Amino acid sequence: MPVADDAPHDFSAYVEYNEHGKPAMVLMVDGVHCAACIQKVESALHKIPHVTYGRLNFSTKRLRVEWDGSVQLANDLAQAIRHQGYNVYPYDPKAIQSESDEEERQLQLCLGVAAFAAGNIMMISVALWSSSIEIMGIGTRDLMHWLSGLIALPCVFYAGQPFFRSAWSVLRFGKTNMDVPISLGVIGAVLVSLWQVSHHGEDAYFDSAVMLLFFLLIGRYLDFRARRKARGAASDLLAMMTGTAIVIQEDGRQKSVPIRDLKEGMAVLVPMGQRIPADSQVVTGVSDIDTSLVTGETMPRVVGVGDAVYAGTTNLSAPLNLIVKSAANDSLLSDIVRLMEKAEQGQAKYVRLADRAARLYTPVVHTLAAATFFGWWIFGGVDVPHAVLLAVTVLIITCPCALGLAVPVVQVLATGRLMKRHILVKSGDALEQLSSIDTILLDKTGTLTLGQPSMIRQEALSVEHLQMAASLAAVSHHPLSRALLREWSGETLLFDDVREYAGQGLEGYYHHKRVRLGSRVWCGDQKAEVHNTQEIWLEIDALPVACFEFEDLLRSDAKETIAALKQSGIRPVLLSGDRQAVAQKVAQEIGIDDVSGDLSPVDKYNYMDVLRRDGHKVAMVGDGLNDAPTIAGADVSISPATAIDMTQNAADIVFMGEQLGSIVEVYRTAVFSGQLVRQNFMLAIIYNVIAVPLAVFGMVTPLIAAIAMSGSSLVVIANSFRLTRMKK
Amino acid sequence: MDVLEVLIPLALILGACGLVFFIWAIRSGQYEDLDGAAQRILIDDGDVPLPDVTKTEEKI
Repeated sequence: MPVADDAPHDFSAYVEYNEHGKPAMVLMVDGVHCAACIQKVESALHKIPHVTYGRLNFSTKRLRVEWDGSVQLANDLAQAIRHQGYNVYPYDPKAIQSESDEEERQLQLCLGVAAFAAGNIMMISVALWSSSIEIMGIGTRDLMHWLSGLIALPCVFYAGQPFFRSAWSVLRFGKTNMDVPISLGVIGAVLVSLWQVSHHGEDAYFDSAVMLLFFLLIGRYLDFRARRKARGAASDLLAMMTGTAIVIQEDGRQKSVPIRDLKEGMAVLVPMGQRIPADSQVVTGVSDIDTSLVTGETMPRVVGVGDAVYAGTTNLSAPLNLIVKSAANDSLLSDIVRLMEKAEQGQAKYVRLADRAARLYTPVVHTLAAATFFGWWIFGGVDVPHAVLLAVTVLIITCPCALGLAVPVVQVLATGRLMKRHILVKSGDALEQLSSIDTILLDKTGTLTLGQPSMIRQEALSVEHLQMAASLAAVSHHPLSRALLREWSGETLLFDDVREYAGQGLEGYYHHKRVRLGSRVWCGDQKAEVHNTQEIWLEIDALPVACFEFEDLLRSDAKETIAALKQSGIRPVLLSGDRQAVAQKVAQEIGIDDVSGDLSPVDKYNYMDVLRRDGHKVAMVGDGLNDAPTIAGADVSISPATAIDMTQNAADIVFMGEQLGSIVEVYRTAVFSGQLVRQNFMLAIIYNVIAVPLAVFGMVTPLIAAIAMSGSSLVVIANSFRLTRMKK
Repeated sequence: MDVLEVLIPLALILGACGLVFFIWAIRSGQYEDLDGAAQRILIDDGDVPLPDVTKTEEKI
């Protein structure tokens, strides 16, 4: 994770006015993951005078603030949250106004209405079934039927909308989908029942119609929740570029300019700890640049006069004067954004198993219903209303309740199971896709390795030296300094006159002794033995006293994970932005045969794209911004929770913790879920094979329809629950 | 059978009450942040209901 702050934003530009004419703003907050975070963010806001409202939506990570006073307070508010340790970005509700929020609410309402109607109609229906015409008399029966109809009509009209709308949208173009027979069945059942009831008929199917809607809406709602992605990843990246940069004007004065307005040739000042706004060249200054966001490299790169720096990287150790080489929308970062948008669009083509089943299913159902109608009308010698009734029974009986529940229930259970193991499945198709992959692409830094240097323990180190080094390192953003600081938990010493020399190290004075912490060349023992590690040296009064060695350690179970994947018949491939030799060494160590090093983000994407074109099913595991396009474009993608937010958002699955074995766990769950879904389909088909002939020959009463429908749904649900008993 | 004249309307009214409350809960944004609600129960104090929640939540 980059430790530095983001590019500065002028938050006051995003302020809107609420219905009382008071300023209000919506922010995206990064890194909120527990109750304490919610409290920290909200109480930080409430401490500020004038703030009248501040509430963080934990699911969407959006924070809404309202206050009483000047628009300029917006920047202070954002700053207050940053001080709590959370990054904030402005959020433009108009830009990403989520239609899915509205859709979800609509589905919830329909589900609520259907539940109410189904419950009440069933209450009446049970009375009808358990009694007979001799006991209750025709008047009571008609009353019961009319009551059922009275509840069913508005309910079907309201709660059926999701199906009617979807059916109409395809019918208009002369096509058909699963919602067409559903709509026909439900509307037909209600109309025929109305006709029956008005003729003092014996049977009414209001209960079947409403219960059908209820079951189908459950499936639809679960499915919707599983499929919804948190938010488009590409738009997040763009949000990063909406900050401002400090431009030095010709008269030498500084001015804040939005990043998107930067032009080639402008002079820009980037203070320490901030992001480079556009691809540029260094004019004055020497500094370390954290390029982890763009290249995935852990080690900062030293840049001096004349060197090129890229948008999205972070300036770590000293202010830099830059000259902009290409406008913000030509930068490497925006190339990545474009690639991601393209990749996200390409994703839509996948046809899910449930939809493929529906394509086979729909014509069969229509044909059966039509055959039943004509069969009874022409050969059976019944009148038209009766023939219609029989055809509608076929539609109702074949209605894909079990089919509609087969996938979502398994999905929800599988997601819940993985959640308990700290694996978050974000997209509904992820598990289905994962169960059929044959190639898995792995990034090196941060994916196979932990992504941060860890100090290698040495016996010879003295506590005093470690304390001194850690205290000096505390002022620096350099990853090795951070790693050193993590090793020290005691008190830190106070240094005077601490300075950071880019690419060299830190210098400070402790009790008038000059202490240096830095590279071998700068303050180390040149004659010491060279290990294949990263090292920093501690020097006191020009005498090197200690050497600290660091390595980006492999995740402890990387080797087993690769072996397990190979055993399942999946080909692992290592793709790295790092040098070929380094990648090769890691690959050998953990048993991967196919390695590609020196890859740019675009190279990685192309590698994946070529594989997919050749008909392979590809999974991508990665954590950096350089992996983001590949992650967005792969059939299915996994990222560790230590990945940058953009990558996590693009990924279908995010796993927490240091164990790479999570990948195997997800894969096994995915395969088992796939089996369960297929079994569920088989159960649904068996049910139809038994029930449909009964319906076609007119032997189905409302009671049988109700039992058959709920029975088949329950069997499917029960079968799905076998997932929770899957062995570890 | 006379008892039906009371019981059926009563059952329907109770059911309708449930439905009305459910619709109210959705409209007032109580289903918008289910994960957050699960977390907020762990916050000890200071999480007083804020004024205007109903009106403002809808705008997010």
